[in-house]
Amino acid sequence: MIQLENIHRYFQVGEQSVHALNDITIAINKGEYVSVMGPSGSGKSTLLNVIALLDKPSSGRYLLNKLDVTQRTDDELAKVRRENIGFVFQFFHVIPRLTAAENIEMPMILAGIEVKERKQRVAQALASVNLQDRASHRPDQLSGGQLQRVAIARAMIMQPEILLADEPTGNLDSKSGMEIIELLEGLNQQGVTLMIITHDQTVGNRALRKIRIVDGQIAK
Amino acid sequence: MFIKDTLTQAYGAIRAQRLRAALIILAMSIGVASVTVLTALGESARSYIVNEFEALGTHLVIVLPGRSETTGGHPPLFGETPRDLTLDDADALFRSHHIAAIAPLTIGSAPVSAQGLERETNIFGSTHALRRVRHLTMAQGSFLPEMDVDKAMPVCVIGQTIREELFVDQPALGQWLRINDRRFRVVGVLASEGQSIGVDFDEMVIIPVASAQALFDTHSLFRILIETKSKESMYKAIDEIKSIIKARHEGEDDITIITQDSVVSTFDKILTALTLTVVSIAGISLVVAGVLVMNVMLVSVTQRTAEVGLLKALGATKRQLHWLFLTEAAMLSLAGALLGVLLGQVTIATLEAVYPDFPIQSPGWALLAALGVSLFTGLVFGVLPARKAAQLDPVAALSKR
Ligand SMILES: Nc1ncnc2c1ncn2[C@@H]1O[C@H](COP(=O)(O)OP(=O)(O)O)[C@@H](O)[C@H]1O
Ligand SMILES: [Mg+2]
Repeated sequence: MIQLENIHRYFQVGEQSVHALNDITIAINKGEYVSVMGPSGSGKSTLLNVIALLDKPSSGRYLLNKLDVTQRTDDELAKVRRENIGFVFQFFHVIPRLTAAENIEMPMILAGIEVKERKQRVAQALASVNLQDRASHRPDQLSGGQLQRVAIARAMIMQPEILLADEPTGNLDSKSGMEIIELLEGLNQQGVTLMIITHDQTVGNRALRKIRIVDGQIAK
Repeated sequence: MFIKDTLTQAYGAIRAQRLRAALIILAMSIGVASVTVLTALGESARSYIVNEFEALGTHLVIVLPGRSETTGGHPPLFGETPRDLTLDDADALFRSHHIAAIAPLTIGSAPVSAQGLERETNIFGSTHALRRVRHLTMAQGSFLPEMDVDKAMPVCVIGQTIREELFVDQPALGQWLRINDRRFRVVGVLASEGQSIGVDFDEMVIIPVASAQALFDTHSLFRILIETKSKESMYKAIDEIKSIIKARHEGEDDITIITQDSVVSTFDKILTALTLTVVSIAGISLVVAGVLVMNVMLVSVTQRTAEVGLLKALGATKRQLHWLFLTEAAMLSLAGALLGVLLGQVTIATLEAVYPDFPIQSPGWALLAALGVSLFTGLVFGVLPARKAAQLDPVAALSKR
């Protein structure tokens, strides 16, 4: 379902050009569980951002569900992203003034879903990440692990087929990190295509398919 | 995204930064308040003066001797008058069909006395038509009787101040009043006019025009006051007056005609311009408020970079982000505008309490305009920050924690 063909991504930093992705070609099938590992600065995040349609490759072709998404406008991409891709970040990225429930609701607000359905789905989502009793808590009243669970519930609220996680355990202690990984794996078992970037060997090794990136290239 | 959700989200963002919101609202409200108060003051001054003039009659035409070169219509105060206006001139004007009443006017100043009390005052020589033309009301008795204009009759009508000063507590009606060395019987007392633009009728003694001409030993008229049959017939009347007098003055166009209309519209124009000037100055404060809105919104966008990036990652389109931030700016401006209108009304009410004589009314259009302008400013100055938010690169935005 995800097909990258000869993807390059350059960053211009002053005079210098950084080659963050160097001729990446991969195909990821529906329902796969993939881990991405590699040294810091090797291009992992850039790869995930390209897949998430947050970043555009400098060259190459990207087919998502057999549709070419390289030549789309920002707003078209926003819509594709909203419906197909969930994203979990290392730093949670929840909106501090909104409660857990409101944060989870946000993608549905942007998608224009009716209030009644939103409330139902938020309640279900909270239950599925085991945060029923934290619905009206604000981010500053929640622990890191809880915040990441809010972020996962938010990523899954539009029922995307793809879930991308950029070092989701990077800011968590090992116990809550493990809980998060188990939660993500549970979603994968329900058929969601899961891609996790991690520094942690033990986390990375749990995936069936392991991709290693060095200097913007896929290492064999 | 539903409009209601946009509003809720924008409101939430405002509530999260109360100090910022308070500052913007304060600035905006001061701008709006000053605009509404100043418009109300200017507008009230204008309508006060225009009303005063209109109370004198809107189809009043004043003929005075001498040609004024300026076209603005102010009477020449000094200088030789080439040819006098006479009672015969006034009489001849009756040939025009558009004229309803003619009051010839001679004025002078003379000592008046009664029962041993004396003072110097203004004397008006005119006819019974003066009452109609100047809309005078009687407190007691009657006005000058209808009679031939060239007949000198020893009767007079006096103003309230004259009555108080010369007759004190005694009834004035039927009493004799001495002007210079002539005696006039008081047939009427004018009702007090209050403060009025132009002539103070309270200090006036009105006698028949022929008597006044004899008293001041003159044959010329100070001016002729004419009421036309309607406002529409005024211009025809003016043309006819000109041609009648011209024919009588050997073809010379040596009179000046002032219409109440031209005076009113001149004042109207001046005061409207004044109001607009003052209001534009106040409008600057609205622009300043707008710049503040922009500034604060820009800071807000910068502070919320990560949030904007996140919203983009969650599938927000540029349009949605645009509207979110614009709505925020609009809400703040609108709140400021409403508070400003309230503040303005309170100020106006206070002014009304302090100066009860000066009727202040704030015109409805000014309120709407102030609201509209502030909303417009808010939106205009909100566009830049909103654009900035919509253009943010999500990856870069998210990399900021
Ligand atoms: N926005 C950017 N501008 C310039 N250089 C960037 C930008 N994003 C990433 N890079 C560079 O691209 C390379 C890959 O970065 P990244 O994908 O974040 O690495 P990783 O996530 O594997 O640590 C790094 O050298 C980084 O400095
Ligand atoms: Mg990274």
